[in-house]
Amino acid sequence: MKAIYLDNNATTRTDPAVVDAMLPFFTEHFGNASSAHSFGAEVGTAVKAARQQLQQLLGATHDHEIIYTSGGTESDNAAILSALEALPDRNEIVTSKVEHPAILSLCEHLEKTGRAKVHFIGVDGSGQLDIDAYRAALSDKVAVVSLMWANNETGTIFPVEGLAELAKEHGALFHTDAVQAVGKTPISLKDSAIDMLSLSGHKLHGPKGIGALYVKKGARFKPLIRGGHQERARRGGTENVPAIIGLGKAAELALQHMAEEQGRVKELRDRLEKAVLQRVPNCIVNGDRHDRLPNTTNIAFEYVESEAILLHLNRGGVAASSGSACTSGSMEPSHVLKAMAIPEAALHGAVRFSFSRDNASEDVDRVIEALPGIVEKLREMSPFWADAEKKTNDSKPVFA
Amino acid sequence: MWEYSDKVQEHFFNPKNAGVLDGANAVGQVGALSCGDALKLMLHIDPVTEIVLEAKFQTYGCGSSIASSSALTELVIGKTLEQARALTNRDIADFLGGLPPEKMHCAVMGHEALQAAIADFRGEVWRSEHEEAALVCKCHGVDARVIERAIRDNALSTVEQVGAFTMAGTGCTTCYEQIEDILLRVATEAAAASAAAAAAHATEVARPETVAAAPAAAPVAPRPGSLNLFSAAVRAASSAPAPAKAIVRPATESSPLSPASPLPPPSAGMTNLKKIRLIEETIEDLRVYLRKDGGDCELIDVDGSNVLVSLTGACVGCQMASVTVSGIQERLMAKLGVPIRVIPVGRNAH
Repeated sequence: MKAIYLDNNATTRTDPAVVDAMLPFFTEHFGNASSAHSFGAEVGTAVKAARQQLQQLLGATHDHEIIYTSGGTESDNAAILSALEALPDRNEIVTSKVEHPAILSLCEHLEKTGRAKVHFIGVDGSGQLDIDAYRAALSDKVAVVSLMWANNETGTIFPVEGLAELAKEHGALFHTDAVQAVGKTPISLKDSAIDMLSLSGHKLHGPKGIGALYVKKGARFKPLIRGGHQERARRGGTENVPAIIGLGKAAELALQHMAEEQGRVKELRDRLEKAVLQRVPNCIVNGDRHDRLPNTTNIAFEYVESEAILLHLNRGGVAASSGSACTSGSMEPSHVLKAMAIPEAALHGAVRFSFSRDNASEDVDRVIEALPGIVEKLREMSPFWADAEKKTNDSKPVFA
Repeated sequence: MWEYSDKVQEHFFNPKNAGVLDGANAVGQVGALSCGDALKLMLHIDPVTEIVLEAKFQTYGCGSSIASSSALTELVIGKTLEQARALTNRDIADFLGGLPPEKMHCAVMGHEALQAAIADFRGEVWRSEHEEAALVCKCHGVDARVIERAIRDNALSTVEQVGAFTMAGTGCTTCYEQIEDILLRVATEAAAASAAAAAAHATEVARPETVAAAPAAAPVAPRPGSLNLFSAAVRAASSAPAPAKAIVRPATESSPLSPASPLPPPSAGMTNLKKIRLIEETIEDLRVYLRKDGGDCELIDVDGSNVLVSLTGACVGCQMASVTVSGIQERLMAKLGVPIRVIPVGRNAH
């Protein structure tokens, strides 16, 4: 039985073309990109080409606006810590309650240690930012605003370009964690007010352990990792050349597949969502119906617990997730869904299905075939279901 | 995903005795939707022999919850009520070939449901211990007695272990300090009981005709992974063996500031500069926690054994300010090993 992978927001399969692009840089082209001799020079040229591939994907003006990092978490940390250092007369951060732990943990730490005051802005039931609260938090004390482009659990997209404009009015730097958005939705940074953007290679069919931080030309920046003069002295450490080449190739492929992501992949997602809502009563789709990543659906099944569903799905050869991969080891319900005030009966029953261009229509068929029976079996075992079924027999599926 | 034993998986995918038991004469229900897990245990007990003839369950929860419920029913069928009552959460976990530490609360839930069902059969009003004792973990509705029992039954020694067994402290973590207090109390009581038993035994063997003297309180070992604000350091410092009578002295006599009170030995050779630096560092460490609660504390001056501090933010006017001050005082004494008096003053006092 073919295994079906629907956890692409956690990580994606490295594209074989990406692997092919990387391999010579382990063996044939092994030089250090910083070396002056020919071994290094040819590698340096390839790194520059990869940077331009990423520049194209992001719609950035200059290739040197791209700083390679070890991944999204390092990029996020570098952006925020840089802003605090670059604007020493400001010590406030504005972010949201639904950010990735790479942002939330850092902000909580900065607050705990007294290094910054942090405004955690709430969201509504669809996961959209409370704009009034956001406006109210902005002031000339704010060093940096960090808001995600798209939520990793629900796929909800924040209007970051507009939010960046508002931040600029107060002289704050604007950073967006676009780890989930890059490669799935068109991005053009050239004329935006976004100062910094984080991305991660393995979320777009590139290798793990490589990411990038876009820093707009002219934006103030202080390195997180100091050392040699790599990355124009903005990130010390010998370049991870094979991974950089792989990320460049992944960026090129993502640009080529963007239409597919918005078309075929989105259709797969929508077909699954529609079928589940039709066949399984008492479901809630979490996220913004209109502004959402094309590949993500987060469906909460009332009166069952998500891990039980996932175990059954996994046995049937289907891999999905109960939330972000980083927090799925936790017993706590998702901080994102809690911030969205999802009803108690559904809070523990959310399952995230995230597609990629590797998925096919048969994958959706398999899930649609298996899922209603799994939920029914678990609900029959639930002490709450019989009463709930009586009360909500006529209820229709809802969209949060 | 968690690593489950084959037996856990077997009881999850093919649970035994799932469903409603018609004619049940003992029902125990614990947990809640808000907690993410709940269990309704239904038993058919022979009224004469008090043997459990049938058992069924309904569970809302994760793989471990369902497997634990299934295991529980298998364990109780055929047992007398007294035998069933003696089952612990550890028995449930062992039956399953173990559970991940983070999932032990599922077995605890099974144990609670069983106690509730037995009480129901006896016609007793089983009150969830959650309702009887002080609520400690507000996120998961876990109270002091549940935590205390989990500690005793499973010989837990860290806050993290308590979290794995009861879920207490796995939410906002503001109850860490209370959990540590309970851990300390249980450990102290256990050590005292153990020492008393050993002393009684020794006395009986050596001089059975005399009454045993009060044993010395056993030292409480510092716990790894402690995140407690004041208690860990203070307790570690105060864990040195004390004279037996110290534990029955009036409270005033045992005040660390009292001339008669036993103190840790002064740090030999500590210069004023070193002392002040140590005070500064200690207060700086504590400020992190105070700020978390919206307060703050700043060192103003050091005058001999008097440490002058300025409380600000939420600490100003707080009913617990005196507790905060004495906590700082205890921590400083533990660090310096000399009597210290912490005096709150205005910011511009010096």
